[in-house]
Amino acid sequence: MEDTIVAISTALGVGAISIIRVSGDEAIDIVNKITKFKKLDKVETHTINYDYILEKDKVIDEVLISVMRSPKTFTKEDIVEINCHGGIATTNKVLELLLINGCRLAQPGEFTKRAFLNGRIDLIEAEGVMDLINSKTEVSRNLAINQVNGSTSKLIKDLRQSIIEILANIEVNIDYPEYEDIEEMTTEMLGKKISNIEEKIKEIINKSENGKIVKEGINVALIGRPNVGKSSLLNCLLEAEKAIVTDIAGTTRDCVEGTISIDGIIVNLIDTAGIRETNDIVESIGVNKSIDLMNNADLVLLLLNNNEEINKEDLELLNKIKNKNYLIVINKNDLESKLDISKLDESKLVYISALNNEGIDQLKNRIKQIFNLDKIETSDLTYLTNARAISLLKQSLNSITDIKNGLNDNLPIDMLEIDLKNVWNLLGSIIGDTYEEELIDQLFSQFCLGK
Amino acid sequence: MEYEVIVVGGGHAGCEAALACANKNHKTLLVTGRINNIATMPCNPSIGGSAKGIVVREIDALGGAMGKIADQSLLQIKMLNYAKGPAVRALRAQADKITYPQQMLKLLNKTPNLTIKEAIIEDLIIEDGKVVGVITENGENIISKIVILTTGTYLKSDILIGDTRTREGPHGEKPSNYLSDNLKKYGFKIIRLKTGTPQRIAKDSIDFSKTQIEYGDSVYHTFSFDNNPQYKIEEQIPCHLIYTTPLTHKIILDNLNKSSMYGGLDDITGVGPRYCPSIEDKIVRFKDKERHQLFLEPESLYYDDIYLQGFSTSMPLDVQEQMVHSLPGLEHAVINKYAYAIEYDAIYPTQIKRSLETKIIENLYTAGQINGTSGYEEAACQGLMAGINASLKLENKEPLILKRNEAYIGVLIDDLVTKGVRDPYRLLTSRAEYRLLLRHDNADLRLREYGYQVGLIDDEQYQKLQLKKKQINELIEKLKSIKLTPSNNNILEKLQSTPIKDGYNLYELLKRPEITYNKLLDNNLIDFDYSDEIIEQVELNIKYEGYINKANKEASKLINLENKLIPPNIDYNKIVNLASEAKQKLSEIRPTSIGQAIRISGVNPADISILSIYLKKEYNK
Repeated sequence: MEDTIVAISTALGVGAISIIRVSGDEAIDIVNKITKFKKLDKVETHTINYDYILEKDKVIDEVLISVMRSPKTFTKEDIVEINCHGGIATTNKVLELLLINGCRLAQPGEFTKRAFLNGRIDLIEAEGVMDLINSKTEVSRNLAINQVNGSTSKLIKDLRQSIIEILANIEVNIDYPEYEDIEEMTTEMLGKKISNIEEKIKEIINKSENGKIVKEGINVALIGRPNVGKSSLLNCLLEAEKAIVTDIAGTTRDCVEGTISIDGIIVNLIDTAGIRETNDIVESIGVNKSIDLMNNADLVLLLLNNNEEINKEDLELLNKIKNKNYLIVINKNDLESKLDISKLDESKLVYISALNNEGIDQLKNRIKQIFNLDKIETSDLTYLTNARAISLLKQSLNSITDIKNGLNDNLPIDMLEIDLKNVWNLLGSIIGDTYEEELIDQLFSQFCLGK
Repeated sequence: MEYEVIVVGGGHAGCEAALACANKNHKTLLVTGRINNIATMPCNPSIGGSAKGIVVREIDALGGAMGKIADQSLLQIKMLNYAKGPAVRALRAQADKITYPQQMLKLLNKTPNLTIKEAIIEDLIIEDGKVVGVITENGENIISKIVILTTGTYLKSDILIGDTRTREGPHGEKPSNYLSDNLKKYGFKIIRLKTGTPQRIAKDSIDFSKTQIEYGDSVYHTFSFDNNPQYKIEEQIPCHLIYTTPLTHKIILDNLNKSSMYGGLDDITGVGPRYCPSIEDKIVRFKDKERHQLFLEPESLYYDDIYLQGFSTSMPLDVQEQMVHSLPGLEHAVINKYAYAIEYDAIYPTQIKRSLETKIIENLYTAGQINGTSGYEEAACQGLMAGINASLKLENKEPLILKRNEAYIGVLIDDLVTKGVRDPYRLLTSRAEYRLLLRHDNADLRLREYGYQVGLIDDEQYQKLQLKKKQINELIEKLKSIKLTPSNNNILEKLQSTPIKDGYNLYELLKRPEITYNKLLDNNLIDFDYSDEIIEQVELNIKYEGYINKANKEASKLINLENKLIPPNIDYNKIVNLASEAKQKLSEIRPTSIGQAIRISGVNPADISILSIYLKKEYNK
């Protein structure tokens, strides 16, 4: 049996409708599980059905669902397509529910691949698919891993380490039962450790669900001396894009001058109040806040005036951001150049004229490049991978529940270990760690065995 | 003389291989260095153990000899992990080192179509890329259609003790000095491995009052599905447990540089097994451990050597004396045989197919330690599979490839040929993804059918299997058909189980942890008469149904991938989109199915997608 796969098949950006496509033997069953009316298994093939998507009893979205039964479909498998109406966050939530209920996130080109393997499309198209798989895999793999940020990734790694120690202990009890000086993993011990792991997974889910790029977007801070053209640049960016509303917590919100979407990724533009050394207490509050904002930004745009020489203040700003992700935006490109760029990092330079609305697209392209957005094209893998990570974490929790039930039923520890191994694998696939021999290595490094 | 099959080597792999071929009516020659050393156990005096004990049952289910011979040679037997789950139970026996080889030799001698010859083989006869015979050290050519190499540790073997290196086999026999060089000449990649064995102590020099006694089980067990127990519970020979002392550790640390492995010899290239470190390794690596467990295991009823399990070392003899005398009860021990390490040549196992035929030379099969494994059971099962597949090839039939969800044997062979080895490979339960399916108790249900198909299981054994299957299904159906009513709730109350409403059947009830089949019998809810064997299967399948279903679902994905075959002549360089590492790995391993390809390290899912599309395009228009 092939896995049932799912993907968002429309551009995610700010469009009104997103379509989620599910293909495979279990497509209809899985989608049916998360609908309100639960009638998809009975409807005629090639029909569109009105329904709601539910998480437990809560309505997530009002949707239209197309049901197409094998073999007259694109992949020749059962296909279900869900038309979602609730915007990015909702579509993402529906995707996550499908993943938790047994779908696997499709690899790049996988629908087309199935269409070909099942004899639906011809050879020329297939060649295209191979190229596609080739070019996209690297991007998506990097993204999947990058998406889990450093601190989360460390939490998951630590968690996996504590799980593998438990696994190795159980395994060694099984493989070397005669070694009585090796501590036996009892169900009581396992119970305690499992509760601990459960807590930590929940903690990570909380963090991930507030995952910045998904919910809040990328924070871009604009800095520069007064009158270099920060507000003109802001206006240029904002005018060019339809402004959208997001829910951002805390101080940043007050400072967000506007939010735009670059190819579907939310970008929050943050103006800083001007950063400089000061003894004035009132002003220093504002300055500290600005430094905070700058430090928390995902990208800093330092604005310089093409028509003036670099001064001490510019250099201080540059010094403050040197360890950050930054671009130097040289404004007033329409005026005579008096700026000495020889001491600046050439790879960071972008020339614009906010007045004439020139260079704005180039600037946006640079932002795209920095966040790897240009390679993603339409479907936002950033969203997908986050939904994937969350669904994997929630599946881990399901397995934890299975273990706890098993503990209550007094099941043998090696049965419970099956689910624990599953948790370990699920967590591993979030951060791209699936080294098979890991457990066996752990076994021999943790315990002293031999003849 | 001309044979259909020549088996080179008379260890556990060689015996099984020769028996399988001969029993399948192929004229077979077994060549061994010394007939008296056939099927000896040069290391520990035990057969079975975790995972390994299940392999012995699998060998028996397929029609091999190890389980039956072990049953005739028991000194003691135990069911390991009895208190744990059914998936990890396994038998481990102390086997008599005299009786086991004797019984095996007897069996070989009475098997028709099988000849045994004493000789050292130094080369192969190759024609057109096919092996057609072997050449002995005396230059004698022996012709055959198939050759199976089961040379164990005898390829250029060196015995290492302290700073001495001696070219000989474990019993002081002559090794084969040129065969591995010749294999290299034919294109094989040869690796050097190492293993070790501890001291043998004179029994009457040990003060057993200072040890802890370890008995065998007080219920009967057999490895073979066809045997009745051939021992008496009360006559089992116990083992004894002792621990190393602070003095032992001091002696070892003070003399560390004299150990072959720690500077005594500077020309050691062999890679030793991680799971069998020497005592000096253990003390160096686990500094904080105050003591290490050692077992005193009897080797035989016919002589008085006690095997000192856990004390393997390559220290010089005088240090070994001090070490042994530092142990409780062994203060005055007499060492009959010193511990040693042995280095030997093996072939890198990705050069063989899953049928155990080599990729480089047609009709040449290899099995056992030559393939980089360690352990009698690992060797025996490969010997059996090589014998079966060599015979099938002679009969122009497809090889028998056991899948990872069907047998530990399948896991072992697939690991070897797909992943290669870093150190001598030992089976562990953790290597099996579907160990809940690969149980000790169901080896016959999993594999006897195959044994029957290849002709190593006879009609009588087969009928017995069919009856067992029928009774299992029958009992399950009966339990499903008996419905309880609330009037039975007084019984449930007595059993401390939640009361039920109408329509609850006994099958469902048995899923409850507090309910067992015997309790149903005791409370007259049923009055069936089935053997323990049937009850065990049924109860297990009911109690763990959820887990078994999960495992079966996972396994069905594997089977699906295993059924997607890759043509043997595929040229990976022609697949333009394939990553270069994948091209190289796939060309080297030459997997036979997509399922196998996925398990190759360095081949990622995108490569698999591209490969599937290419296969469809080129071979399946």
